[in-house]
Amino acid sequence: MASVYRRPTAVRSTVAPLFSLALALGIFSAAACTSAVSTTAGTNANMSAGEPVPDPRVGLRAGKFDAATAAWNMRLVSTTQPSEKFAGITNSDLAFTGPYAIQGSYDGYQVWDISNPAAPSLKTAYFCPASQSDVSVFKNLLFVSGEGNSGRLDCGAQGVKDTVSHDRLRGLRIFDITDISNPKYVANVQTCRGSHTHTVLYDPKDPDNVYVYISGSAGVRSPSELSGCVRLTPDKDPNSALFRIEVIKIPLAHPEQAAIVSSPRIFNDLTAPARHGESPEDVAAAKAAAAAARAKGGYTAVIFGSERVLPPQFITPMLDSIVKARNGTGPATAADSAALRAALPGIIQKMTGEQAAGPGPRPGPTQCHDITVYPAIGLAGGACEGYGFLLDIRDPAHPVRIAAAADSNFSYWHSATFNNDGTKVLFSDEWGGGGQPKCRSTDRREWGADAIFTLTNADGTPMIVRNASADPAGDQLRFQNYYKLPAAQTKEENCVAHNGSLIPIPGRDVMVQAWYQGGISVFDWTDPRHPKEIAFFDRGPVDSTRMAMGGSWSAYWYNGNIVSSEIARGLDIFELVPSAYLSQNEINAAKTVHFDYFNTQGQPKFVWPPSYALARAYADQLERSKGVSADRLSQVRQALAGAESAPKPLGVQLRTSLTSLATQLDADANTSTDGARARSLANTLRDLAAASS
Amino acid sequence: MTPSQATRISATLLVAIALSACASAGHSAMQASASPTTPPPQNEAAYIAQARADSLRLPYTEADVSFMSGMIHHHAQALVMSHWAPTHGASAPVLRLASRIINAQQDEIVTMQRWLRDRQKPVQEATPGGMTMVMDGVEHTMLMPGMLTETQMKQLDAARGPEFDRLFLTFMMQHHRGAVSMVKDLFATYGAGQDETVFKFASDVNVDQTTEIARMEKLLTQIQLGIPISDQPVD
Repeated sequence: MASVYRRPTAVRSTVAPLFSLALALGIFSAAACTSAVSTTAGTNANMSAGEPVPDPRVGLRAGKFDAATAAWNMRLVSTTQPSEKFAGITNSDLAFTGPYAIQGSYDGYQVWDISNPAAPSLKTAYFCPASQSDVSVFKNLLFVSGEGNSGRLDCGAQGVKDTVSHDRLRGLRIFDITDISNPKYVANVQTCRGSHTHTVLYDPKDPDNVYVYISGSAGVRSPSELSGCVRLTPDKDPNSALFRIEVIKIPLAHPEQAAIVSSPRIFNDLTAPARHGESPEDVAAAKAAAAAARAKGGYTAVIFGSERVLPPQFITPMLDSIVKARNGTGPATAADSAALRAALPGIIQKMTGEQAAGPGPRPGPTQCHDITVYPAIGLAGGACEGYGFLLDIRDPAHPVRIAAAADSNFSYWHSATFNNDGTKVLFSDEWGGGGQPKCRSTDRREWGADAIFTLTNADGTPMIVRNASADPAGDQLRFQNYYKLPAAQTKEENCVAHNGSLIPIPGRDVMVQAWYQGGISVFDWTDPRHPKEIAFFDRGPVDSTRMAMGGSWSAYWYNGNIVSSEIARGLDIFELVPSAYLSQNEINAAKTVHFDYFNTQGQPKFVWPPSYALARAYADQLERSKGVSADRLSQVRQALAGAESAPKPLGVQLRTSLTSLATQLDADANTSTDGARARSLANTLRDLAAASS
Repeated sequence: MTPSQATRISATLLVAIALSACASAGHSAMQASASPTTPPPQNEAAYIAQARADSLRLPYTEADVSFMSGMIHHHAQALVMSHWAPTHGASAPVLRLASRIINAQQDEIVTMQRWLRDRQKPVQEATPGGMTMVMDGVEHTMLMPGMLTETQMKQLDAARGPEFDRLFLTFMMQHHRGAVSMVKDLFATYGAGQDETVFKFASDVNVDQTTEIARMEKLLTQIQLGIPISDQPVD
């Protein structure tokens, strides 16, 4: 089956010999990896080229544990089946602490020691069923989400049959993992809608506590089961459990005192935002049209947040009825139109409001699926049913919505990932909830995909520079493009955009993402209008005769490797393999970024320590972009080679060679098409010159 | 396709019937108009065994079976309505919405049928006329909540262009609200929604269709206010 998605047009003309040989031999997927592995770091950043044609992901043999695989620019280092107790149970999300990967399961969680990625070993398997057991860590604490009706406070497997029961757990479980081989279940926080996912937020200004945002869109519990839970909408009962998120505060010294501290109503006053494709010119044109109509005596009204011109077919009957009401005849007078003008806002509000209050549920999002916080820039991305939100989280207990986007190609905003410098955000759409095959050749590329937005103040300046004078209701999430797994999958493979994380490639926005049975896709979205896949891994379906749930739930970069939670098959660990799109030096630089722990919903900022790998990564990127001359790059690489092998701290001569190159690069930058990167390289050279080790 | 003697029964009543039938007879008194529509896969036995093991731990109830069976017909009617959009002069946004409904609900029907088949329950065919049940020896066809009556279906089929848009949105909102109420009734029923597939599926139906209702309300308001609807993805 051929892919319907349009492939990038630029296929490199220079194909590495090993690559073409591999193709000729029909052993592409394995050979592409091994051939690239053998290519060492050095002067050539373009080591292999072009994405494989035909796509080796199409037509892979099925099998639960013996499916065929295809890999491009990444390599499966190990695959580990679930422990006996957890076999056959859905594996869910991942969190990391020290050398451990904590893998959620509908039966609890497993802790894997991944210090040797080639041979993960099971540290502990904690049996405590709950769906979907989304996991996060902070210091000695582990948090686990429970949403389903069958989760029990006592960790029993028998479920909870009563519609109202004090045995049921829907909310957050808290474990003390000081001794990770023997976790202690220390507390629960019950919430009205359970916890589908959650987000850990730590504020350095409040070092004694950690905060957890609870997301989830399941039904509201009975107040008889959890007092205070109100199913009615906020207009009928201000204590409604709908249209809000929960913020839990956990005192680090006393996690057993964890409790809900606020329930921010981040959905209030949500008007429909402008369509995402609208350009600033379109917005200005609409404003001008409304102003012109008003000036000519036309009728306008603010509908869904923007002023619109009302058509004659809407206005004329109303004017007629005003005339009729005063028992008049003939055309409407000035007094009639003034009366209509005064009444219009109320009429419009009634029209939109009455529909909202009609039979059935009040429309609009009532909950978020997931919230990703990025404390370094004080923002969170909320994926909230039909909307993507941007929240100001500088006061952790009181997040405030500052922007929203909607998209009629999106059904269910699932999660958010910021780029490292906070100028972009990528939202994913888990269309069909993860259980449906949304990557067939017949499924459109903008459905069940990622949508990439830039973050700007209303005046177009980057939002990370908060512009106090900017209109906070301005268009701050600007749509750029969609990204979807570019290989068609079968109808037996559940496939849709799911969990991923950034990979700390310096100077670029590169992300790894799980697509369930669509496999794992690594893509570059540095240019938000042209996201491009640069590596992938895929297996054949679990079953070729029918849909059987499986695939990668989450794929995250953690301290040098990509770790994936495979729903049906266990734990997979990968390494990146250099290619034309990503050099060994860039991979080495990524490996210099180390975290003590990692939760994908609590996005950390990458900071690259000065290193020879970092300098070489920038040099490779400048070679790729032709941002500086080949001669300059050759000088830089020569100087780096000399300095790296010399004793530290560097002698005067070597220091000078690095700093004078830095000065020359700064000068190059002024005329370069890639000036920022040339300056990054210059700064790294200065850091290396000054380094004592 | 649409039964002439459709009996509309609320979901609450339906569940009550299903439960009482279950309680009195000790086994299901429902005889759905069921037939295996696709040949069983070779390894069907393994899936049946897996489903049996799952339900030993977290048993499904008659309410779960009724929900999964009834929603097949509910979805089937949405498919018929949506398939009219291209031939009835729907506008671009309504066409997009209809084509999303077709894609989503076709897949969901497969999910529901698979769930029923694995539990060796009668597998409802995806017919839009409601669920056929035999009660006290009499066959009844029941429209699930929100489903369009025969008259409403005829009215929609007769409409073209802007009038089709208006009716489609109005009726599909009614239809979706019915699905949302079916989920609510399911979770209000003793023992229901323990099964992981049912819980997740019903929760997804709730959130997806609630989101679409909001989208349709905005579209309808735009149509009524004469706001030109762009071909761009709008909300």
